[in-house]
Amino acid sequence: MRIELERRASASGLFAIVSPLLALALTLGFGALMFWLLGKDPGHALYSFFIEPLLEVWSLHELAIKAGPLILIAVGLAVCYRSNNWNIGAEGQFTIGAITGSILPILVPQWHSPMVLPLMLVMGAIGGALFAAIPALLKTRFNTNEILVSLMLVYIAQLFLDWLVRGPWRDPKGFNFPQSISFAPEAVLPEMLESGRAHFGVVFALVAALCVWFMMRFMLKGFEVSVLGRSERAGRFAGFSARRMVWFSMMLSGGLAGLAGISEVSGSIGHLQPSISPGYGFTAIIVAFLGRLNPLGIIASGFVLALTYLGGEAAQLSIGISDKVTRVFQGLLLFFVLSCDTLILYRVRVIFGAGSLPATRSSS
Amino acid sequence: MIEAILLTIITAATPLVIAAMGELVTERAGVLNLGVEGMMIMGAVCAFAGAYLTGVPSLGLLTGILGGALFSLLFAFLTLTLVANQVATGLALTLLGLGVSGQLGEGFVGIPGVKLQPIIVPLLSDIPVLGPLLFRQDLTFYLSIALVVGVSWFLFRSRAGLKLRAIGDSHGSAHALGIGVIRTRYLAVMFGGACAGLAGAQLSLVYTPQWVENMAAGRGWIALALVVFASWRPWRVLIGGYIFGAVGILQLHAQAFGIGVPSQFLSMLPYAVTIVVLIIISHNRRTTLINTPACLGKPFVPDR
Repeated sequence: MRIELERRASASGLFAIVSPLLALALTLGFGALMFWLLGKDPGHALYSFFIEPLLEVWSLHELAIKAGPLILIAVGLAVCYRSNNWNIGAEGQFTIGAITGSILPILVPQWHSPMVLPLMLVMGAIGGALFAAIPALLKTRFNTNEILVSLMLVYIAQLFLDWLVRGPWRDPKGFNFPQSISFAPEAVLPEMLESGRAHFGVVFALVAALCVWFMMRFMLKGFEVSVLGRSERAGRFAGFSARRMVWFSMMLSGGLAGLAGISEVSGSIGHLQPSISPGYGFTAIIVAFLGRLNPLGIIASGFVLALTYLGGEAAQLSIGISDKVTRVFQGLLLFFVLSCDTLILYRVRVIFGAGSLPATRSSS
Repeated sequence: MIEAILLTIITAATPLVIAAMGELVTERAGVLNLGVEGMMIMGAVCAFAGAYLTGVPSLGLLTGILGGALFSLLFAFLTLTLVANQVATGLALTLLGLGVSGQLGEGFVGIPGVKLQPIIVPLLSDIPVLGPLLFRQDLTFYLSIALVVGVSWFLFRSRAGLKLRAIGDSHGSAHALGIGVIRTRYLAVMFGGACAGLAGAQLSLVYTPQWVENMAAGRGWIALALVVFASWRPWRVLIGGYIFGAVGILQLHAQAFGIGVPSQFLSMLPYAVTIVVLIIISHNRRTTLINTPACLGKPFVPDR
């Protein structure tokens, strides 16, 4: 058996829409198989993983809380990946954003002013952007690989946060727990509705997605992103600078990741602690690809991936499966997304037996 | 004291060297597999399981290698057969590896593992200082040295190695010459997976004989950086691996020694050093371009 690919004359519009859905279906299929192997009833397990969390108001709020940072980070990453810059250190930029945004509520807790929250958000975004500027600087100046640098910075950021909350920023009245003081009310991102915990983080995400969508669709900058991403040479002829694009895309994605970080800390957690993210920065990579690097698609895929987090928690309680299942689902999903994307550009033919190669080598 | 430190440096460097040697071969064939961390952690959990369930640590080593190689097949299928983006697929491999290994290793947490016993080479191990360092080591250490020698012989002295490098430098011409590009790349990816698996096995059978979730702790990524550091030359991988191993270990000793720097900052050292090394190696764009396999990361679809 052999698999052959044949390039389509033009990208298939049908499969551009079908492929993420196909990937979802395949993931569910394999998920069912996995549950069955773990000795659980697949139907019941999938139901409690993916459907049950959608049935109650409070868990819909949780869904929005988790989708917010995923969408926010993924939208920035999509711009990066489209321009062929591989920032995979969003987790670190998220962490640094959370730290720089927390400077005010932790160091000047006595300052009560409506200015506090907006300043925190801005500082968080700036912190994330500056942290992402490090791989950008090193890439443009020294030609280093941004993948490795941004990833190494994740470990550094996490250790830095760990030091802060165990050292200088530890709450002296915190019973020796490694966490900072709790944020004052004016430093807390407010809840949107009476009915639950969802805060304005998810609104930031939707607004950011719409803005970036507008930019990519209607503005010269968006065109620049896709031209440089497809071919740096073509971009040079158009007068676009690949070097400036490195800065732009890295700092945009870092800024959004930083904003996500401070929103998460001030909206959901309320203080700094050694671990502030269940891997949002990495899961957002999946969100970006599942959304086909399109901001509107990312809104949808952000909610799908948020559901895997909730489902993991629910499955732990209701069917006694460890929450590691979440990671497996997320990894599988990315795999299937990437393989189904082949269908957009290629026709796939499965040839049984040892099909003769030379005969098909016609003039083309 | 010095001898003990040197011993731990060797133990820390071995998995880096092994994983980087595998990735070096993969990249020489023109494939960029960023999933080293994922394959490594799969190797670690498979090795632990194999050793624990059979009680024979060397069988664990074998299951680790197999686990890494089989896992890398997923990557090979996606990037080589379905021409998916190599960067994204490599990331997917790492994410999936972390998830699956966590799931598989769930029952092993906190269980004392089986340690691979050192092999004592008769006579040679009696040499003062050098003897215990070089000839009372675990199998994995000898394998790491054999890998460096073997890979460098294979790449630069054998016909198959020449073909492999040709594929990495120009898959189009190699294909035109009738060299099986896809098949060779499959083998190269699987070799990389087997090495990453072995490196993972070293972690869970030698370095800390137990299973801890996420125990690769970024070593797979450091191995990737090591390949860049070595500018795709086997012997430089060995040197680089020992430098990185030394930084990791000395950092630990500095912590135990209680110098005034907070432990977190010392723990950052290996990662910071990686960045600094990348800067030093990459800043001369021309030499990097000469050394990098020209087709690295580029998809190949044979025209029919």
